[in-house]
Amino acid sequence: MTQQFYVSPEQLMKDRADFARKGITRGRSVAVIHYADGILFVAENPSQALHKISEIYDRIGFAAVGRYNEFENLRIAGVRLADMRGYAYDRRDVTARGLANAYAQTLGTIFSSGGEKPYEVEIFVGELGDDASHDQVYRLMYDGSVADVQGFGVMGGQSEQVEAYLGEHFAPGLDLASAIRIAVTALGQDTDPARTVEASALEIATLSRSRPQPRKFKRLTDADVRAALGSA
Amino acid sequence: MLPEGTRLTGSSSFADYLATTAPELMPGAASRAGGAHGDLAPHATTIVSATFDGGVIMAGDRRATMGNVIAQRDIEKVFPADEYSCIGIAGSAGLAIEMVRLFQVELEHYEKIEGTVLSADGKANRLAALIRGNLGLAMQGLAVVPLFASFDLETQQGRIFSYDVTGGRYEEHSGFHTVGSGSVFARGSLKKLYSRGLTEGDCVTAAIQALYDAADDDSATGGPDLTRRIFPVVSVVTADGYRRLADDEVGAIADDVIGSRLQRPDGPSAPLN
Repeated sequence: MTQQFYVSPEQLMKDRADFARKGITRGRSVAVIHYADGILFVAENPSQALHKISEIYDRIGFAAVGRYNEFENLRIAGVRLADMRGYAYDRRDVTARGLANAYAQTLGTIFSSGGEKPYEVEIFVGELGDDASHDQVYRLMYDGSVADVQGFGVMGGQSEQVEAYLGEHFAPGLDLASAIRIAVTALGQDTDPARTVEASALEIATLSRSRPQPRKFKRLTDADVRAALGSA
Repeated sequence: MLPEGTRLTGSSSFADYLATTAPELMPGAASRAGGAHGDLAPHATTIVSATFDGGVIMAGDRRATMGNVIAQRDIEKVFPADEYSCIGIAGSAGLAIEMVRLFQVELEHYEKIEGTVLSADGKANRLAALIRGNLGLAMQGLAVVPLFASFDLETQQGRIFSYDVTGGRYEEHSGFHTVGSGSVFARGSLKKLYSRGLTEGDCVTAAIQALYDAADDDSATGGPDLTRRIFPVVSVVTADGYRRLADDEVGAIADDVIGSRLQRPDGPSAPLN
């Protein structure tokens, strides 16, 4: 009969965290920036069909890094949760905080349960407020921890370098084109020397207060992105 | 925690999801008592719709009735279904408005999950499925009969779909259609006024004329309310998306129509041959 080795809970959690972190750093980074008119999501994503950034609800956006099937699963769950709450109560009752809580508990449960492997994902959930001071972005980690993102945030890939660049160049109240330029340059800082990310390899979306429709999420086309990058 | 079932792979339909996870929230789910209930709840009345080159308009009067009582004089019965389509309702108002809400979420949900919009036919078919689900209540007198108009992004044309209580879906190729209690009179009126080649503005005028004729002969259809300045809800769907005409725009057209009716109460006359 084989003897079960004793593994301390600390070691077990550390191993699981290392496993998840390794999966997350493998891909490219995703950045989120508060700008004058709302919230900007920028991802490097050569695929036109498999999105990293999506709409959840009227004023709520979603961005993710890590394993596609896992964050897609969470995204769909988020859309269902939001649509269900908006249908059962009212559209105004759907909040990013509620969604972030649901994600946090789900990710936390999966992380600490022995049955499933931890999800190798990190998520941004952003909600547009009535003015810039009420915009909110939450960052969800693979273990279910939640952080409030102030100003800007980066996850996935070599996020430290990207974050360091944004830390130096970010200022509150940027206009959209400047915010896009800074974010795109920041995403190229993950190699040494820094590289230039092509407009066609970018996936960019905004939650913008200037949109008259109730659904504030908008994906930028390649032409929009090129125009913003070119107007330096 | 994400609720049970949200993380399962499944269909892109919100209505299907609702029916499995919260069936009590489906329109009309609570009522299963037998007998006829036709007069218990307000009824919405007349909707007219017409296509023009590059789009479609829909208009509805503002009256809801309960038997002989006017339940509401400023009810709205024409709604956007999504960016490129609109829906007008006749029949049991409470159920119909609930069904419109579900239909709106259904289209938006599909769009978010799949990343593309449904085709005009796809939308029309989903609506048919929702109406079919209400057949039991329709048999008890609580029928919902919507009119659906969509701008088809493929053909760049406006299209109109009508329904019966069993969920039968019929595309109207004549270019116009009406539903509701005053629909017979409105259709007769439109038949004489409508022709292909009308502009958007002409179609709106024809629709308001038709609603006037419906109100003239059907007690459940509300005419223009001059003292309260309550006029029909008019929506236009074109390549630019859904737009509801402002109250003063509709008011100005209604004033013209009423002005000409003061001269000839039966409205514009058509040549005999």
